[in-house]
Amino acid sequence: MKILIVDDFSTMRRIIKNLLRDLGFTNTAEADDGTTALPMLQSGNFDFLVTDWNMPGMTGIDLLRAVRADDRLKQLPVLMVTAEAKRDQIIEAAQAGVNGYVVKPFTAQVLKEKIDKIFERVNG
Amino acid sequence: MAKNDSETGDFESTLKQHARELVSSLESGNFGEAVHLIHQLDQARDLHVYREVGKLTRELHNAIVGLQIDSPGEHGKELSQISDATDRLSYVVQMTEKAANRTMDLVEESAPLVNYISYESQSLMVDWQRFMRREMSADEFRELAKRIETYLSRGLQDSDQLSKNLNEILLAQDFQDLTGQVIKRVTQLITTVESDLLKLMLMASKVDRYAGIRHEPVTPEETPAKQKKSSQGEGPQIHADKREDVVSNQDDVDDLLSSLGF
Repeated sequence: MKILIVDDFSTMRRIIKNLLRDLGFTNTAEADDGTTALPMLQSGNFDFLVTDWNMPGMTGIDLLRAVRADDRLKQLPVLMVTAEAKRDQIIEAAQAGVNGYVVKPFTAQVLKEKIDKIFERVNG
Repeated sequence: MAKNDSETGDFESTLKQHARELVSSLESGNFGEAVHLIHQLDQARDLHVYREVGKLTRELHNAIVGLQIDSPGEHGKELSQISDATDRLSYVVQMTEKAANRTMDLVEESAPLVNYISYESQSLMVDWQRFMRREMSADEFRELAKRIETYLSRGLQDSDQLSKNLNEILLAQDFQDLTGQVIKRVTQLITTVESDLLKLMLMASKVDRYAGIRHEPVTPEETPAKQKKSSQGEGPQIHADKREDVVSNQDDVDDLLSSLGF
């Protein structure tokens, strides 16, 4: 299981990376915005994408749309972990095809729940 | 301000007085007198506008000096308050990032120590129970005793290290005091700048009034800042619990998504 973590703050990437490691996911890579993440996804055989929304360059929602528009990537499960908390934004992300949405600040438990749920659905 | 108001009053009473005289001279057919009055009115207005513009220019200059937004080059090496505030906020970002990384370093350093205690306790427990059930040979027991001794001495050493790490994690939170002070100062600056800008606006409206300039009212929707694309994101919501259009926690998100069929 190879996971890409996209966030513009290195501390947040590190927190998510540590939490994922505790959940048994040790194969992770990092990117600081959509512009650097997209080519990595296109060439890197990733199985899961965890992305922030608000980033300089390409935002998370635009990255999600780019992933869904790419024939080879459109099935990739995407979890959004973000401080964006407007109802309209959550609906926008759902319509763009997000698989899970976690609002910051979040707990390890919530992250685990959402990831489990996504894989249950993907594998089921 | 009081002086200013009385001057405005003078101008307005001159205006009223001359207007009345103008009407009566026009009604009595005295056009020469009327033209003369119009000329006087014009002069009075010009004089007033010149005086006001002069005064406002001085006030404007003072307000700009107060804002200290001029380039640092003009006054030697001293930074303007705005760029000073920018520097201070970058310092906050640096401090919080440093503290977060220091804390995570210590947590990552501590995790293996805890893992050892947990793993070795489990393993020793199994053998200890075998010993208690008298299922252990003398040789095996000597082996177990050695392992227990290693475990105890490493436990002493590791717990020492863990308590040091916990203390350091505590100390890494000292940024809160420093960043709190910096943010308070920047907040004060913003309040001052806001009130200075308000003064500027009031002055500008006075200029408009004397010069007779009218503006089309601008509706908030037309300002470019509000036309921001939602895809840009807004960052954390500060008063989430008081707003209808914002979720306050993960449960709200889950409810919203399940209502959409997720």
